Amino acid sequence: MKTARGIDARESPDGGSSCDVQRIREDFPILKQLIHGKPLVYLDNAATTQKPRQVIESIVSFYSEECSNVHRGVHLLSERATRGFEATRSSVRRFIHARDDREIVFVRGATEAINLVACSYGRAHVRAGDEVLVTAMEHHSNIVPWQMLCAEKGAKLRVAPMNSKGELLLEEYERLLGPRTCLVAVTHVSNALGTVNPLHEIVEMAHRNGAVVLVDGAQAVQHMRVDVQALDCDFYVFSGHKIYGPTGIGVLYGRERLLESMPPYQGGGDMIASVTFEKTVYNKLPYKFEAGTPDIAGVIGLGAAIDYLQSVGIEKITSHEQDLLHYGTSILEGMPEIRILGTAAAKTSVLSFTVQGIHPHDVGTILDQEGIAIRTGHHCAQPVMDFFGVPATARASLALYNTRDELDALAAALRKVIEVFS
Amino acid sequence: MSDLRELYQEVILDHQRRPRNFHRLEDANRQAEGFNPLCGDRIHLYLRIEDGVVKDVGFEGSGCAISTASASMMTESLKGKTEAQAEELFEKFHDLVMGRQQADPAGLGKLAVFSGLREYPVRVKCATLAWHTLRAALQGSLETVATE
Repeated sequence: MKTARGIDARESPDGGSSCDVQRIREDFPILKQLIHGKPLVYLDNAATTQKPRQVIESIVSFYSEECSNVHRGVHLLSERATRGFEATRSSVRRFIHARDDREIVFVRGATEAINLVACSYGRAHVRAGDEVLVTAMEHHSNIVPWQMLCAEKGAKLRVAPMNSKGELLLEEYERLLGPRTCLVAVTHVSNALGTVNPLHEIVEMAHRNGAVVLVDGAQAVQHMRVDVQALDCDFYVFSGHKIYGPTGIGVLYGRERLLESMPPYQGGGDMIASVTFEKTVYNKLPYKFEAGTPDIAGVIGLGAAIDYLQSVGIEKITSHEQDLLHYGTSILEGMPEIRILGTAAAKTSVLSFTVQGIHPHDVGTILDQEGIAIRTGHHCAQPVMDFFGVPATARASLALYNTRDELDALAAALRKVIEVFS
Repeated sequence: MSDLRELYQEVILDHQRRPRNFHRLEDANRQAEGFNPLCGDRIHLYLRIEDGVVKDVGFEGSGCAISTASASMMTESLKGKTEAQAEELFEKFHDLVMGRQQADPAGLGKLAVFSGLREYPVRVKCATLAWHTLRAALQGSLETVATE
């Protein structure tokens, strides 16, 4: 595999690091194309990130040279596939600083990981009258599985509120923790607002109350260094496709002790040690939770994506994206028609906004004509939209390959939107 | 910009800024709710039908320029139409925005400005929300119509 070149620490006088970003952009074939005759400005990274050729090539190479099933063949190809598959498990473990490979379970994505915990841990531990606590800024995927669980068990879903900046009200959260709270499900970073939650405090308060904590890291691991042991959370989930990897693959991290105590999520091949019609003995961790042939190519691609992120350097990514966030924020703040939603002190590179008198969908269509891809809608966070009293927002979410020039293009296109509707 | 003007024609922007019949109808005898879960657009449509003829029509809700203008212009074109003619108008409008061969803008009057939508397939649902809600109201359906 070719090694990605890192963002050079030297910055240009204007505070950007454009020349190094230009080299990174070379790794992403899709960024070269024209959309409606204009250069693609891809600002929809919170929905999914683009893939560097290192990831694409790893998948092509798997299918061209190594394709085989894992964990069962005695032949060389199967051995190679298994080695690549398990090597990725180890890179994931190092990437999020977990203690043991057995704590890393491959799933389809963050959504499936949450559903796994709700179905397996939740069904085994949540009882009638218990409470599951979420926050007001959760993605639907960290609300609905808990609602389903609560409905099934006669448990209660409670919601910790946020303030008008989109910051969690920590005292309110602490007040909602009680003897019946058995699980806290909280996002590390809000997908709609970019808010970074104070996880250390959240986890510590929950543990003091005897609740386990699941963290939705789908919008976090691509932006910042994550250490699940330092956070001390019990479960941590993320998706491959939001960290420059393929779609259809994701990760559940679970504390070994908890995973051991949980019943399997799905039954089938690979998750068993032995099967008779009378009795099945389940496989050891993590295979107990990986029934059926997994997305092997997806896992290989995820491994390449993590290698790519680490070769660029997660700290450099954080600082580049923070620079873009501040630059983009100041541009949008300079336009009186624009209202930014989500102004938390700690934020990732997400700019959620509305344009006065103009529906986000119309904004999105006009920006698209300018080659600019943003997300418009409720971002699978309808309660967040309700909180701010809007049906939808426009969202520009920035990644390691975005530039200040692209934010200037966004601003110019927004002026065009305002002109069309004036 | 010329492409954009094809979609956001002046008449559409005018109806978006000043939607017609944008009010609740106190004496409505048919009504329906429409919802587009993709973008959160909502419409509540009111009809007063006497002897099979649309006597009055009004709507409330929030949505993008395309959905608001479509609803506004729909209400204008419905007044005085029989239920059968309203159904027929639905079909014609649907054919037009879907870019179907048999589309006949002639019978649509001002509504023909929506022909530009052919180039914007993801926005077709914005324009048809009000119309699907109309069909539900005509059929006396109490369920909220969803475009998804």
